[in-house]
Amino acid sequence: MSNYDCREISAFSGVMVFCEQRDGVINQTSFELLSEGRKLADDLGTELWGLLLGGDVQSLARELGGYGADKVFVVEDPLLEPYTTDAYTKVICEVAYKKKPEILLIGATNLGRDLGPRIAARLHTGLTADATHLDIDTQKYLDFLAEASNLDLSKTEWDMEDRGLKMTRPAFGGHLMATIICPRFRPQMSTVRPGVLQCAAFDEAKAAAVQIESLDVPLTEDDIRAKVLEVVKETKEIVDLIGAEIIVSVGGGISRDVEGGIQLAEELAAALGGGVVGASRAVVDAGWLPSDRQVGQTGKTVRPRIYVALGISGAIQHKAGMQDSEYIIAVNLNPDAPIFETADYAIPGDLYKVVPMMIEALKEV
Amino acid sequence: MKYIVCVKQVPDTSGKVAVKEDGTMDRSKMETIINPDDLNAVEAALALKDKEPGAKVVVVSMGPPPAAKMLHELLAMGADEAVLVSGREFGGSDTFATSQILAGAIAHMGLEKDDIVFCGRQAIDGDTAQVGPQIAEKLGLPQVSYAADIVPGDGKLTVKRVLEDGYMTIEAPTPCLITCIKELNQPRYMTVKGILEFEEKPYAVYDFDTLKDEPLIELDTIGLKGSPTNVYKSFSPPLKDAGITVQPTEEGIREMVGVLAAKHII
Repeated sequence: MSNYDCREISAFSGVMVFCEQRDGVINQTSFELLSEGRKLADDLGTELWGLLLGGDVQSLARELGGYGADKVFVVEDPLLEPYTTDAYTKVICEVAYKKKPEILLIGATNLGRDLGPRIAARLHTGLTADATHLDIDTQKYLDFLAEASNLDLSKTEWDMEDRGLKMTRPAFGGHLMATIICPRFRPQMSTVRPGVLQCAAFDEAKAAAVQIESLDVPLTEDDIRAKVLEVVKETKEIVDLIGAEIIVSVGGGISRDVEGGIQLAEELAAALGGGVVGASRAVVDAGWLPSDRQVGQTGKTVRPRIYVALGISGAIQHKAGMQDSEYIIAVNLNPDAPIFETADYAIPGDLYKVVPMMIEALKEV
Repeated sequence: MKYIVCVKQVPDTSGKVAVKEDGTMDRSKMETIINPDDLNAVEAALALKDKEPGAKVVVVSMGPPPAAKMLHELLAMGADEAVLVSGREFGGSDTFATSQILAGAIAHMGLEKDDIVFCGRQAIDGDTAQVGPQIAEKLGLPQVSYAADIVPGDGKLTVKRVLEDGYMTIEAPTPCLITCIKELNQPRYMTVKGILEFEEKPYAVYDFDTLKDEPLIELDTIGLKGSPTNVYKSFSPPLKDAGITVQPTEEGIREMVGVLAAKHII
C-alpha cells in the first residue's frame, strides 16, 4: 500500500468486477457486470478481472471466465462466510491496493450497496450509485445519447479521445438521467443495478481458458466488529419480476377493494398467458403487497413484453422502473394521470370494470 | 450517551415534479419534506431514548438555511438538540464530500463509547444509500445497514438486517452507525402545539469556519469543485409518441385486444 496513490491516474489499469456469491452461488448480476466489463476492457485495451471472496469458492472461478473474465482473483478464508461489511471491505481494499484497477464495479444488490460506499470511502475515490449504463468510448456514448436522450448532440463539443468511465443513472427519482464521471481519483467505481445490463452468452472456451490467481489477505476475528449471528432465508414465494415477460402491476387505485384489485390483476396476468403481479410504491408502503413486488426507482427495473398498469398514477419514481417495457397498457380513472404519457394503450376507466372486459376479450382470441 | 441522527430535507418527488426550462428540477417550486427513511431513523433514536432517559437525541442536517424548519419539527417530535451544517463551501457536494462533512460535524460534537449514529437508508432525491456507510467509514465505526429491528444490549446492539430473500441478525458494538428502513418502526407524530412551541427553539449552526480544522475534512474534496464525482451530462429521456386512447367499453377493449393479437403481442 506504500506506493498506492489514488490520485496517480496512470498507475491504474484493468477492469475489476466484484462477483458476489451467497452459499456458493454466484448471483446473476455478477454475470451481467462481467459481460459489460468485457466491453469496457476491450475499449480500454486492458484485462477484465473477476474478484471472488468466500470460504471455498475457487471452483466457481471458471464460471466467471465463461462470461468474459480474463483472470479471476480468489481470496478464500472461513471468515469470509457469511458476508460481513468489515471483512469484505478489508479484503477488497487490500486487493485494490495490490492490483490497482482503473475501474471497480459492484452489483447494486442489498449487500453491494452496503459494501460499495464503504470501499469507496476507504480507497478515497468517488462512487456512482445504481448505474444503468456504462461507457468508455465517447462515440458509443454519443450513440447511446442519440437513442436515450432528447439532447441536440451537435451543440456540445465532445472529447472523442476521453478514456474516462461515463456512468449513467436515473437522477431525481428517475425524472432526469445523469452521467457521472470521476476524473481525479482511481479506481472509478460504480454500483450497477441488477437486471439492467445485458448478459452475454456463456462461452465454454473462455471458461476453460480463465486464469485463476489465489491471493492471501490476512484476516482475524478482530477485524470483524459487526458480527453476523445468523442468516435466515424466508421461505416466501419468490416472484421473479425482473425476468418476467408479462407484468400486471397495481397502484393506489385498488384502495377501493384491495383484495379484489389484486385478484383481478392475477386473473389478467393469467389470461395474458401467465405473468406476475407487481406493485407501485404506494401499494408496498400501504403493506398490501410485499416489497419484492415493487416496480420503480427504489424497487425493481423491469422490461417485460407487456406491462399493464392498473390504478397507477405514474409518479416518476414508478416510470423509472417500467418505461422500457415493450408494450404498456394503462388503466386509470383519471384521464390526466401521468402514466398515460408512457402508455401505448391508455384506457381512461374504472379498473374494476375494464379488467373483467379485458379478461373476457382475451378468452376470445 | 447520545444518539445522533443524520437527516435530510428533500423535495417531495412522490407527486408532480416542477421542471425548469433547461430540464433540471426546480426545487424552489416543490414542497420539501423530511426524507422518509430519516424519520424512521429519528424514531429509532427516540425509541431507544424512551428506554434510556439519560440519553440525548441530536439531529444533524447538512443543507441550506431553510432546512431549519425541518429541525424545528424534529425538536417538536422529541429531539433534544439540533445542528444545521450549512455553508456555501459545502454546496454541491457529492456523497463522498457530504459524508466527510457530516463525519467532521459528528467528530466535532465528540463521539463516546455508548453513542450511536442513525441515518435513513437512502434519500428519495438521490436514492444512493451511500452517505450512511461512508460516514461510518470516515468515523471508523462498524455499520449495519437496512435495519428492520434494533435491540439494545450492554455496549452493543442486535440488529435485524434485511436481505432480498430473508434477513441477517447482526451484533455490533457501540459506537456504531445504523441505517434504517421503513419496516423498522412507525414514526411518532409531532403535535401542532409542539411545532409552535419549538419554532423559536435555538439550534446550533456549524459553518465552514466551525469545521474547517476538523481532521476528517479535507478541504480539497468538499463542495461542488472538490467532490470526486462530477455530473458530466444530464438529460431527459426522449418524449414517447402519444399512445392510443382506448374507450373503456366492451367494443373498445375487444378492438384493442384484437390489434394486440394481430400483432402477435399476445
